[in-house]
Amino acid sequence: MRNRWGPILALLAALVMIASACGSSSDGASNATGDSTGAAGTEEGAESADSSGLSGSITVLTNRTDLVDTVFVEYRDAFNEAYPDVEVSFEAVTDYEGEVRIRMNTDDYGDVLLIPNSVTADQLPDFFEPLGSVDDLGSTYRFINEQAFEGQVYGIAQTGNATGFVYNKAVWAEAGVTELPTTPDEFLAGLQLIADNTDAVPLYTNYAAGWPLGQWESMRGSISNDSQYLNDMAHTDAPWSPGEDHFTIDSLLFDSVAAGLVEADPTTTDWETSKVDLGAGRIATMALGSWAIVQMEEAAENPDDIGYMPFPTQVDGNFHSTANGDYKVAVNKNSDNVEAARAWLDFFVDESGYAFDQGGIPPRLDGEYAPQLSGFADLGVVFTELAPAPAGEEGLVSNIDTEAEIGAFDPIYRQRMIDAARGQTDETKQDIFDDLNQRWAKARAELGVVDR
Amino acid sequence: MAVTQVLDRSPGGSKRLQRPKPHAIAPYVFLIVPVVLLVAFTYIPVANMFWYSLTSWDGLDKSKEFIGYENYQDVMTRPEFYGVFKVSLYYFAGAFLQLGLALYFATILSFDVRFKNFFKGVIFFPYLINGVAIAFVFLYFYRPGGVLDSVLGAVGAGGLQRPWLGDRSTVNYSLSAVSIWRYMGLNFVLFLGAIQSIPAALYEAADLDGANRWQQFRYIIAPGIKPVVSLSFILAFAGALSVFEIPYIMLGGANGSTTFVIKTVDTAFKFNKVGLASAMAVVLLVLILFVTWIQRRLVPDEGGELV
Repeated sequence: MRNRWGPILALLAALVMIASACGSSSDGASNATGDSTGAAGTEEGAESADSSGLSGSITVLTNRTDLVDTVFVEYRDAFNEAYPDVEVSFEAVTDYEGEVRIRMNTDDYGDVLLIPNSVTADQLPDFFEPLGSVDDLGSTYRFINEQAFEGQVYGIAQTGNATGFVYNKAVWAEAGVTELPTTPDEFLAGLQLIADNTDAVPLYTNYAAGWPLGQWESMRGSISNDSQYLNDMAHTDAPWSPGEDHFTIDSLLFDSVAAGLVEADPTTTDWETSKVDLGAGRIATMALGSWAIVQMEEAAENPDDIGYMPFPTQVDGNFHSTANGDYKVAVNKNSDNVEAARAWLDFFVDESGYAFDQGGIPPRLDGEYAPQLSGFADLGVVFTELAPAPAGEEGLVSNIDTEAEIGAFDPIYRQRMIDAARGQTDETKQDIFDDLNQRWAKARAELGVVDR
Repeated sequence: MAVTQVLDRSPGGSKRLQRPKPHAIAPYVFLIVPVVLLVAFTYIPVANMFWYSLTSWDGLDKSKEFIGYENYQDVMTRPEFYGVFKVSLYYFAGAFLQLGLALYFATILSFDVRFKNFFKGVIFFPYLINGVAIAFVFLYFYRPGGVLDSVLGAVGAGGLQRPWLGDRSTVNYSLSAVSIWRYMGLNFVLFLGAIQSIPAALYEAADLDGANRWQQFRYIIAPGIKPVVSLSFILAFAGALSVFEIPYIMLGGANGSTTFVIKTVDTAFKFNKVGLASAMAVVLLVLILFVTWIQRRLVPDEGGELV
């Protein structure tokens, strides 16, 4: 009997050992980094008033795979002049949203990272160091409320984006459009002129890449110039009704596709090629945040051809453009070097010049706007900044959105609209809007959101 | 008899049990590594998945709220979830074509054919290519003005040109064709292996009796490879239910190409409903087990029938 059970017991013992080894491997890894920074441990207790006293090694996660080996290295060199003992390593993540969210189930998700957009406001304190109160930081930085919970800020925007359309000025001029459209109808008429008079694709949807369709969503707020738009959206049952921003935005997309003013086969398009095509005049217009201007200029033969126009509506005679914070930089709560991480965060948003280099709205209130946005200044475009959610309703809109499985920033529902608009399904625009409204209302009811 | 031995996949030999005791531990030692890997990467995750499927977890929250069978109720009652199984029908129909073609080529190449090994290589090769590469190759193949349209134009069939992936009436045919192209090689090799394990003496005897190639196929090859065919059907059916890679990489599930697994992935990672998505995964698992069980009842696998 003993011999029959012996091997099985040995097996079980081995299993337990291996399982426990697996379980502790992540701790082991963090210990290793902890050891290398052991010397810093003594200094960590001291206040960071003497900034040069900081040491240790930190890992910085970024979504900019294209910049991590070039621009970011320059940032690191500049940072190390002030903090020579802090060792900074970068980790660029291709599918940032998806991968980092999964990694956040462990403690090992870098020391400094960008907060994935799907993290809900009430989860922020579980994962990130508080950076200061909304009141304090709000006097220095923009977009402070976008990743804040109960008065505490958990992330500061790395840059800010205006919303609108990148377009090829030469193509629009060639088509005979001299004034920027001020209504959706004028916009459609402009696209029609491009279709008639040039060989360019009037409006390129980037349906296949998918995520560019989420860029339309960022325009919400600018159509009505209502800073409370999003907060009110949580308390309406039908955001896709005439007069609402979502109705206007999605109607413009639907109508453009229905009129055949987009690429011939949206399903097989390619994002990287689209950048070159816009510069070369094969594409006239794309709906993208202002962050795209720099990339389009780089891909263009003649960067001066690249222009940026606001959504074609005016309130009180002015164009408006919703200004959104880009990803927010945050510090991992489980970091061994919180102070070094915070030093990098402050350096990155205050001094690195990232926002300026990337053509963005500066995260600091006293920062300098990038030259790419000068066109907007000339047009007298007014930025719409969405007001923070009232206390207790942080993240409510996105909660309703996921509960309803609409996915405002995901391509799914706009792909469905495009498919319907180009006649691949029998749905009409109204069918889709009705369905979206119904799902929105149902999700609100399920989450128990009261009417106001 | 010989055939049965070749095809009999059950481990034979009861002698091992009577070995001297010091050796008794050896098999278990060898088993430790695979079993540990299996437990760590299959059974524990599956057990976790069962647990998640009973919660409303969003994939990130520190706490997981137990909600009982509510997720299962959702999967069963919401038409957008079970409706996507329609897409699997295309792949299932494609699987029949795929098995037929594989069997056809395997039979031909089991006879004496010139450049036999070359053709074997050609047919098997697609299976070795990475799925992502295949998806990109076919994206260019199907795009307007791409390879397929050019070829059609060149042979005077320009009237058939269309956006193969953009047109809702062809998108799933196009995608299942890619699937056939990719997986036929695997079925082909399985069939070929089974056919080649049939002793040559049987063919000689058949030749002497004046049997033609069709009769040889019908009465020697077909019964000889029946277990492999049956296995292939199970794999094909399970595969059709859980299609993911090709439509996801090529279209992201857009334009009506969403399969049940794509829907599951979207639910988990786009709408952050990991609990619900886990329930969907469990449903799929149960469904595949059930179908396999039915199939095993209908087509009992008892080795070759040549004896």
